[in-house]
Amino acid sequence: MKSHYLNEDYSVRSWLLTTDHKRIGILFLLSITLFFILGGAAAVAVRLELLTPEGDLVSAEAYNRLFTAHGVIMVFFFLIPSIPSVLGNFFIPMMIGARDLAFPRLNLLSWYLYMAGGLLGLSAIVGGGIDTGWTFYTPYSSVFANGQVILAATGVFIAGFSSILTGLNFIVTIHTMRAPGLTWFRLPLFVWAHYATSFIQVLGTPVVASVIALVGIERLFGVGLFDPALGGDPLLFQHLFWFYSHPAVYIMILPAMGVISELVTCFSRKRIFGYEFVAYSSIAIAAVGFLVWGHHMFVSGQSMYAGMVFSFLSFLVAIPSAVKTFNWTATLHKGSISFATPMIYTLGFLGLFAIGGLTGLFLACLGVDVHVHDTYFVVAHFHYIMVGGTVMAYLGGIHFWWPKMTGRLYPEFWGRLSAMVIFIGFNLTFFPQFLLGYMGMPRRYYAYPGEFQVLNVMSTAGASILGFGYLMPLCYLLWSLKYGAEAGPNPWKSVGLEWQTESPPVVQNFETTPEVTQEAYAYDAQEAEADAS
Amino acid sequence: MPQGLQLFPQQASTIAKHVDWLYFFLIAVTIFFATLVCVLVTFFMIRYRRGAKVDRSNPVNHSTTLELLWTGIPLVLAMVIFAWGAVLFYAIQTPGQGAMEIYVVGKQWMWKLQHPAGKKEINELHVPLGKRVRLTMTSEDVIHSFYVPAFRIKKDVLPGRYTTLWFEATKLGTFHLFCAEYCGLGHSRMIGRVVVMTPGDYEKWLSGGGNEEPLEVSGERLFQRLACATCHREDSKGRGPSLAGVFGTSVRLKSGASVVADESYIRESILEPQAKLTAGFDPVMPTFTGQLGEEGIIQLIAYIKSLARKPDSSAPPTPPTSH
Ligand code: HEC
Ligand SMILES: [Cu+2]
Ligand SMILES: [Cu+2]
Repeated sequence: MKSHYLNEDYSVRSWLLTTDHKRIGILFLLSITLFFILGGAAAVAVRLELLTPEGDLVSAEAYNRLFTAHGVIMVFFFLIPSIPSVLGNFFIPMMIGARDLAFPRLNLLSWYLYMAGGLLGLSAIVGGGIDTGWTFYTPYSSVFANGQVILAATGVFIAGFSSILTGLNFIVTIHTMRAPGLTWFRLPLFVWAHYATSFIQVLGTPVVASVIALVGIERLFGVGLFDPALGGDPLLFQHLFWFYSHPAVYIMILPAMGVISELVTCFSRKRIFGYEFVAYSSIAIAAVGFLVWGHHMFVSGQSMYAGMVFSFLSFLVAIPSAVKTFNWTATLHKGSISFATPMIYTLGFLGLFAIGGLTGLFLACLGVDVHVHDTYFVVAHFHYIMVGGTVMAYLGGIHFWWPKMTGRLYPEFWGRLSAMVIFIGFNLTFFPQFLLGYMGMPRRYYAYPGEFQVLNVMSTAGASILGFGYLMPLCYLLWSLKYGAEAGPNPWKSVGLEWQTESPPVVQNFETTPEVTQEAYAYDAQEAEADAS
Repeated sequence: MPQGLQLFPQQASTIAKHVDWLYFFLIAVTIFFATLVCVLVTFFMIRYRRGAKVDRSNPVNHSTTLELLWTGIPLVLAMVIFAWGAVLFYAIQTPGQGAMEIYVVGKQWMWKLQHPAGKKEINELHVPLGKRVRLTMTSEDVIHSFYVPAFRIKKDVLPGRYTTLWFEATKLGTFHLFCAEYCGLGHSRMIGRVVVMTPGDYEKWLSGGGNEEPLEVSGERLFQRLACATCHREDSKGRGPSLAGVFGTSVRLKSGASVVADESYIRESILEPQAKLTAGFDPVMPTFTGQLGEEGIIQLIAYIKSLARKPDSSAPPTPPTSH
């Protein structure tokens, strides 16, 4: 049997002390899956409670802890690390023909920091819970809330450093370790997207880390920072928090966009339409994304004119996303389209991301946001982006690269089925929430007036389908590790560099450093047709 | 209780229909673009599926015209929506003159509302139909948010400062009042109702019940009890400026700047007198932080406001710049 990165050494020590970006990617894959399951379990409890208008299944106290646990886990310990730390970690070096990331040991440290943060967060949730919401608004979080706010905040703080180090590592790697011939405009768009994301991670995360530390200081020592009773300013927290947490949305969605660019080209055997536009739009999103945080604060008491400026900039940041969507669509033109599982996920992404993006316009629009802010409309919108967008792309990417990571093929029938079940379950869960929001149902309500019940029941019913959809890949991917067919080096006939080596890859990725002589996505639809017939 | 499927909130304020029009326009935009993408994707999926015998020669990978087109059109549309939304927002934020004043104090987990005539309510707000109402709101603890879906208005209610909101009801009936900003354990119980009555019924309702005294009267009593009156004498001979006629005017500060004496300014003058010193006076006013609850402050403000209105005030309102 050939030696590769998985079978080269089986000891636990060899995993825990590895500096191989591929193994670290797998460590992240396992850990974020665990957090996804925990966050998902909290969501199940939340949805079940909302089946009836009365608060009956759990207590109000438990409910508040559940939705906070769901938000904190999903945002900080699943979505933010998801695509960058798993797929980015594993494939950026391979896509640029490098042996590893620039700082392999720092990369391992990223994982340990993530685990330390995650376990602290978990211990906060288990040992008493937190009920501040993932947004930690002051002065509630800093003075009034009971529970393990300090512990959870410390967890988020530490996990932030993981994110910073990953971003730093990617930036340096992409600058310095590209294979000969791999110029910037030959890079896969997945790499461009991560390059843009990394800047957000490096520049934004320190701000949220600081603000979370300040919450801790006010809570522990009573220093007046955010509570007016102590001489603080409650809005200051919101400004600092959203300065990071809006761009954090792009930490979640930009890598997803990168994945989609890879998948849409491979399964339509086409070059991407408008390569430069797609690449630059990632940079534009990252840059303008830092200037729109105030759109979370239109009704917070921030000045009306500030609101207008933030609204204007928010409309601007919507444009590059629209441009990307049109470019992906145009890529299909004259392609040779096949419908393997990753492509089904991609199509699902396109639909859900379009709805998510367009409903973002409602929230950027001042006059309408006043009404829908802090209602289920917002909940629906960001789930369309973060789950409909990011998780669809993440799963599409996992299916696409699974053969490379494990050397095995997943079962195609089950793969397609899961993509469709997830797509349908997702829409059933979250579409009713747009209607609920416009009707005025506030978010984070444990009990609600009776007229909201029908839509809530629909949403919970959809969620059960969605939950089932997520369990499917978990099962058949595990199954495929043992029973899946041998994948071979390049089952998708992809032109990406990561496919020009064994599956699973050898420890040093490539036997000889590849040389790049062509642009990314040098696919030929006509050739693909000829091969197929 | 389950009440069947409802899909749209009632329209019960002058603003509501404007918000809804913009909402419908946004829905139209959403449907147009979502359909456009879906139709194109489906069409390409079918036409260019692997194995279909169609012309695939000379694929286009790049078209600056198209890129400019699909950057430009959404951009123009986005600017239209921005402008429309901003104009509406301006209207939502600007109450105009002559509105009826109501004070709102949020606390974990109830709404306390107070009418100028002194009537107090909890979790219930009675208002007359067709009259503009302006809410001056503050919180005693964390951030809350005053939200009436049928009116399409919402504003966060913050501790330590005033925010304002206005509406004019156009429909008789009872409407939900929600707290929209998560505020802890009882957040979803921090709900109430807004009862819109005919002006006649409202007057009747106001005069019914206990014999509450008007806010400004309670305020005047506080003003005497806390000995404000020893410094703030109506004849302008005290150690502090006369407060007659001050409200709503522009006050010159020691720093040279000037501020409008609105609710927030009065509030700050009472709690943090040294923050903005009035020109021409010594910083001798003590702070009243800790001696006054939010409701007491509101009473004092109502009293100081009433001084501005009284034409028969013993001293003629001094122009604020002469302080
Ligand atoms: C010891 C005297 C003193 C007492 C008692 C006092 N004040 Fe003052 N007040 C002043 C002085 C002096 C100023 C002007 C300097 C400043 O801005 O602090 C002032 C300013 C103000 C202003 C701003 C007026 C303007 O024209 O800018 C308000 C409002 C006010 N006081 C309200 C009150 C109220 C209400 C009380 C009672 C709860 C009170 N004061 C008690 C001395 C006093
Ligand atoms: Cu945002
Ligand atoms: Cu609340």
